[in-house]
Amino acid sequence: MRELLELLEHDARRPVSELASMLQRSEYEVEKNIKDLEKNKIILSYNTLINWEKFGDDTVTAVIEINLTPQREVGFDAIAERIYRFDEVRTVYLMSGSFDLLVIIEGKSLKDVANFVATRLSTIEGVTATRSHFMLKPYKKDGVIINDEERDRRLVVSP
Amino acid sequence: MIEKQSDWQERLSPGVNAIAPSGIRKFFDIAAQMEDVISLGVGEPDFVTPWSIRESCVYGLEQGYTSYTANRGMPELRQEIAALYQRRYDTSYDWDTDILVTVGVSEALDIAMRAVLAPGDEVLIPEPCYVSYQACTILAGGVPVAVPAKPENDFRITAAELEEHVTAKTKVLLIGYPNNPTGAIMTKKDLLAVADFAEKHDLIVISDEIYGDLTYGEEEHICFSSLPGMQERTILLNGFSKAYAMTGWRIGYAMGNKAIIAAMTKIHQYTMLCAPITAQVAAVEALRHGEKYMKKMVAEYDRRRRLIYDGFIKMGLECFEPKGAFYIFPSIRSTGYTSDEFAEALLQAEHVALVPGSAFGACGEGHVRCSYATSIDKISEALNRIENFLKHHSK
Repeated sequence: MRELLELLEHDARRPVSELASMLQRSEYEVEKNIKDLEKNKIILSYNTLINWEKFGDDTVTAVIEINLTPQREVGFDAIAERIYRFDEVRTVYLMSGSFDLLVIIEGKSLKDVANFVATRLSTIEGVTATRSHFMLKPYKKDGVIINDEERDRRLVVSP
Repeated sequence: MIEKQSDWQERLSPGVNAIAPSGIRKFFDIAAQMEDVISLGVGEPDFVTPWSIRESCVYGLEQGYTSYTANRGMPELRQEIAALYQRRYDTSYDWDTDILVTVGVSEALDIAMRAVLAPGDEVLIPEPCYVSYQACTILAGGVPVAVPAKPENDFRITAAELEEHVTAKTKVLLIGYPNNPTGAIMTKKDLLAVADFAEKHDLIVISDEIYGDLTYGEEEHICFSSLPGMQERTILLNGFSKAYAMTGWRIGYAMGNKAIIAAMTKIHQYTMLCAPITAQVAAVEALRHGEKYMKKMVAEYDRRRRLIYDGFIKMGLECFEPKGAFYIFPSIRSTGYTSDEFAEALLQAEHVALVPGSAFGACGEGHVRCSYATSIDKISEALNRIENFLKHHSK
């Protein structure tokens, strides 16, 4: 199962026939495995990594450090949920160290993001401080180098 | 002044003139002209050397590692090699006297031959095999004696087959498993029989184990010198090219008994002096921290191996399931073509490059070598094109 997951994580569009060959299982079996993994929420979704900047979009991404006052019984979970339910919020991690939540937000403009932080995030009860960092340039995302110039330099036929 | 071409030809060394031209040159020339060619003809990894290894070389350069090293190679590299073999195969090589770091296995093979062969000595070479084996034997004054390995025996060589070709002049047995071009490996039982044969005829065994880290399935690679009594008579060759995707670094090594390594070192010190220090620094890093990257690459080759094997079987080509290296060697006899014709026609019609089996010895005829050291997408596309070719071109 691990190998199937690794293959899909790398390329979710691999045809089932290829997966079956590589895993030495039948196509039927592979399809059933995938269905099961989806049902059990081990596979959560199939996303596409897009270079939006190259496409022409000027979105703004900000990394926000948030400090919280934990709540009785639920700790940070309830506040985290209030935050991650927003569509603008792409990623939320609970962190160790000098802040509690790391939140990644995408917006149309600097103003847009700043506004969201000021009016929506900072005002949540239990949020004691926020620090916003705007992202300037992505080099690598989810294991993929954005502008990878490495190419095949091998001779076309060799012994 | 002599100007005629033929005169110059006659003035060349007889050894050089005795070597047949490479059987793959023609395909290289055609394929290099094509825009959309998919090559299954490449004998090296498609991965770039893992970054941690490259980075250590850059750091080494910054630290001023630009000098010669000891002829035999940097002590820390030889110590790492000795430790690796002791750990993995329980051998007992002395790092200082039994190991020589070379410019790839190619150099190691050349100087091993030159160190042990007298003119007329015969070298048993199971075929199909890597293209250098014959040439290196001839250049060292030896006589190559081909021993055909049979597809019905999964391209493994047996002691009985070797016995048929042994003479009073046989001095060396040169084996290369996992095998380029067939992908065959030898089981422990097979190798024990070969070891008995070597013992019986008192042969030096040169074992080229450059693909030793690349085996798949249950069978693990057996190091020839780890067999009982074999370390003494074996010249073991290995390197970093295939396992660590370091072909262009040109770094390998030979291990053997003190006398043979001293003799090889004598040739090495006068011809090469030492292997490049930059590559040696990188090789130390590969042995210290590179195994996880190597294992990842091996896992990837294994997936591609299953994909391409399945593809050929579905096309109806007779094919041995490769167990090592990164080659597959299907039979194309059913098409009516010779392997050379097949490779050329496929290249012209479908722009897929591969290497005719005949380039690896006469008994490779009827097969073609396909390398799966290329991306899954390219393998898939190549399989489609080959299938299309078979539909339209079989004689």
